[in-house]
Amino acid sequence: MRQPAATIRGLGGLRPESPTLQLQSDACQPLRLFATLFVNHRALTSPPTSAAPQLTAAQLACRRGTRLLFKDLSLDVGAGQIVWVRGHNGRGKTSLLRLAAGLSTPEHGEVQSDGVSVRRSPDYRDRLVYIGHANALKEDLTATEALEFLLRVHRRPCAVKTVHAALERVGLHSRRNAPVRTLSQGQRRRVALARLAVESTPSLWILDEPFDALDVDGVHRLNLIMKEHTARGGSIVLTSHLLLDSELLAPIEIDLDRYADLRG
Amino acid sequence: MRDFFLSIYLRDLRLAMRRRIEALLPVAFFVVAVSLFPLGVGPEHDTLRLIAPGVVWVCALLATMLSVTNLYAGDFADGSLEQMLLAGQSPILIAAAKSAAHWTLTGLPLVVTAPLFGLLFDMHGDAITALTLSLLLGTPILSLLGSVGAALTLGLRSAGVLIILLVLPLSIPALIFGTGAVGAVEAGQSASGHYSILGALLIFTALIAPPASSAALRISVE
Repeated sequence: MRQPAATIRGLGGLRPESPTLQLQSDACQPLRLFATLFVNHRALTSPPTSAAPQLTAAQLACRRGTRLLFKDLSLDVGAGQIVWVRGHNGRGKTSLLRLAAGLSTPEHGEVQSDGVSVRRSPDYRDRLVYIGHANALKEDLTATEALEFLLRVHRRPCAVKTVHAALERVGLHSRRNAPVRTLSQGQRRRVALARLAVESTPSLWILDEPFDALDVDGVHRLNLIMKEHTARGGSIVLTSHLLLDSELLAPIEIDLDRYADLRG
Repeated sequence: MRDFFLSIYLRDLRLAMRRRIEALLPVAFFVVAVSLFPLGVGPEHDTLRLIAPGVVWVCALLATMLSVTNLYAGDFADGSLEQMLLAGQSPILIAAAKSAAHWTLTGLPLVVTAPLFGLLFDMHGDAITALTLSLLLGTPILSLLGSVGAALTLGLRSAGVLIILLVLPLSIPALIFGTGAVGAVEAGQSASGHYSILGALLIFTALIAPPASSAALRISVE
């Protein structure tokens, strides 16, 4: 079995001399600012890389309302890795993915892509595919139109031929001109996931319950798409209540229950 | 940038075409509300001519408020808004495209139908022109302000009431100078001052409202 390069650890696992901790201490504020400026400058001036973003976070904590969902969470997601976020309902799996996507801000810590905060990185979103729990499909559009819109706003190839090929890849070619409102939940999920079939670069995919409502064939097709993605150096962070095919995907697990704030 | 704007704008128009009845609801409200006034007030020509600009403008304002509630709500509920915010483009473009689509679907039909109501209220040709011009300059202001209200109240319960409370006071200058332009023409004066102020209001709102909407959208999806 492949040795996981990503490490998932609590605060106790970080040594005091860890560079991450040193940069985040208040005493080193000027150094941190300088480092941030330097990294930002480098990110702005360097040409876009085709590699998947290296996602890192240390001492991450997330709060929803008055409740601290998790704390002291650290993660590294490298190229070619699949990180499977597990945990009971309400533990913050979706919240963690939203933090990783840069849609929300953590209570403590920071999610970084190649050393730059994901919320400030100039090219992170170009190298990210986030598919949330909602499919982001409009009921009144056809499957082709809905997928074409999503690909277009994300500046991915969106020619009709490409869109149809992507729908074929997820087994929906025969329903390509059907309005989304006539599709079943599983078919809608397939349309949303067809975005992944268009990807050809080793980007980072953040998938919230991608297997939700999929049948056996849909799960198999998605597994193959994800395997191809990791084979070309892409990385994936996903949540799933279904057991993943560990032989095919070799996921690295994060159990959010270990990072729960029991006082909450 | 242009592609991103056009993608959202054209998608909203396409969605409206697929739900024509719902898309026409604000215009239908405007037509019905304005048409009822002559029946309620009476056929006195002078009275109708006097109240016409105010009636048309107030009905236009209410028709805009009626439709602006759902400006972002649908995209927020089905996850489309998140996807647009993650597109790597400025959220200001999302706000601008949504406001532009809203104006095209609500404000523009009001502008087009306004001359008919001018005739219904027995207005003179010059006054009808002034009414149409003032609506042309004023309705985009209403859409832009409505966009801010819709973004600020996104995901809240009773958002419709809150939008009206937030946006109506801000729309009052447009209402005053819009009706004032028609009043000036009917009094035989030049309405250029009113047009200039409406134009200035439009420019100011166009510069301020999309960034404000985009900030509110980012907060709403947190």
